[in-house]
Amino acid sequence: MKKDLFILGIETSCDETAASVVKNGTEIVSNIVASQIPSQQRFGGVVPEIASRHHVEQITLVIEEALAKANLTPSDLDAVAVTEGPGLVGALLIGINAAKAFAFANGRPIIGVHHIAGHIYANELVQRMEFPLLALIVSGGHTELVLMEQHGSFKLIGETRDDAAGEAYDKVARVLGLPYPGGPHIDKLAHESDGEIEFPRAWLEPDSYDFSFSGLKSAVINYKHNQEQKGQSVNGAHVAAGFQASVVDVLTSKTLKAAKEYGVKQVIAAGGVAANKGLRSSLEKVFNEAEIPFYVPPISLCTDNAAMIAAAGSAMFVDGIRGDLTMNGKPGMPLTSWKK
Amino acid sequence: MIWLGIDTSNTPLSVAIVQDGNILVEYNSGLAINHSLRAMPTIEEVCKKAGLLPADIDAIAVSEGPGSYTGVRIGVTIAKTLAWTLGKPLIGVSSLQVLAANAMYFTGLICPIVDARRNNVYAGVYRYDAGKWISMIKDGHYSIEALTQMLKEHESPVLFIGKDVALHGEVLKEKLENQALFASTQYNLPRASALIDLAQRTNKEEEVHTFVPQYRRIAEAEANWLKRQGKESASE
Ligand SMILES: [Zn+2]
Repeated sequence: MKKDLFILGIETSCDETAASVVKNGTEIVSNIVASQIPSQQRFGGVVPEIASRHHVEQITLVIEEALAKANLTPSDLDAVAVTEGPGLVGALLIGINAAKAFAFANGRPIIGVHHIAGHIYANELVQRMEFPLLALIVSGGHTELVLMEQHGSFKLIGETRDDAAGEAYDKVARVLGLPYPGGPHIDKLAHESDGEIEFPRAWLEPDSYDFSFSGLKSAVINYKHNQEQKGQSVNGAHVAAGFQASVVDVLTSKTLKAAKEYGVKQVIAAGGVAANKGLRSSLEKVFNEAEIPFYVPPISLCTDNAAMIAAAGSAMFVDGIRGDLTMNGKPGMPLTSWKK
Repeated sequence: MIWLGIDTSNTPLSVAIVQDGNILVEYNSGLAINHSLRAMPTIEEVCKKAGLLPADIDAIAVSEGPGSYTGVRIGVTIAKTLAWTLGKPLIGVSSLQVLAANAMYFTGLICPIVDARRNNVYAGVYRYDAGKWISMIKDGHYSIEALTQMLKEHESPVLFIGKDVALHGEVLKEKLENQALFASTQYNLPRASALIDLAQRTNKEEEVHTFVPQYRRIAEAEANWLKRQGKESASE
């Protein structure tokens, strides 16, 4: 009988301190997340120094809880997987150094995981991946289209040229006077709105899968200024609905076009913005019509978590990938394939 | 009793293993190499050289700051993770006192200094007297002006210690004249064996999960936020 594979995942790349145990790369045994949102809300965004300070307060607590919930001891684990990058360097260093100390003390191997590979592999926890696969990663730091031909192979076919989608949501939320993080508030306003302002779509060159959201953000700001100068009120819900429609339209159209061009068997969405209802339902609708299987993990696995890191780490472990105690935080780590 | 000591609070790195009052291995370096690249490999290496397994360690001492925010956090994170997962006690010691311990037999005041930019320093003032450590001025973030003013009142010779003293030597000499003395090269790096000695003298033991660095300064964003809160409540 084949022995079960248990991987401990650790994630501290931004403002969540998280640890999780995943069995055989597909089954969540425990998944602990300590969020800093209540603290970071005071600053209207994530302050790196504050994030690092919170991670030190939480790190051993979340790891202990993840092991306790899993009812496992360190010697039951096959390896420790930790987010190596990209992210806030000071924040990454807490998870990495805790992972290294834990790995050393318990004689376990360590594996450095790319945060985006983690977001993609979150899907393995709900639905087995089938290749070729197209992944749309949308979060506060990322907007990317990634083509995967097999496990561990990543081909970037499109990315944002300026703001990430989540960043645009946060900025527009601030313009509308909505609290941080702005995404869920705009999503809700847009959902309830009885009308929408027409904003432009940034399609870029006809054959490009890249994205751009800074023009849209400026259009929203200009619209608000113009209304104010004319002494007219700004209907926040209409602005939110128009903004969201533009973002969703571009994301959905480009993802559909890429899925058809590459003839993929599966499309998955990942990242914090994949939790957005407007985006989710639009993607579901077009892929349903196109008869291409589309999956998006539940919200708790879309936002940053350590189960996704453990899931990607499991696939890397199986492929024989190992890190060592010199591992450093890589804030700008590129998404490269571990399998060529 | 086997102690592991770790100091990554500033650019230097020091790791030591002390068994029953004897240094088995000590590694000291003043090179400016990222602690994340070097701290854990060095800990692994000193354990190997001492012929020890991680589980053989009985207690862990760590420099808790003040110093470089990132540096202190790396040492504290490693130390608390080791202490928690090995189930061993953890003792945090002031990173400034660790430097002061290099000059423990000096009879005047000992003032360890770490540069904090814009004519500011992290500093504390210590004295070792009749076998006991006494804190004369508590660890903190001081302007050179405020620090020298406080030291003048003591009218006792002051030995400045630490590799960052060189950055402020001229000003210190000018303000304190003959009262100011400067430690020579070999005393300016923190030593993890001294850290372990200090840890053994305290009988405090940290709550491992809640143990955090002693930054001695709130984060800039938090300071600004508090200032805004103050203004808002004042204008209400
Ligand atoms: Zn993320």
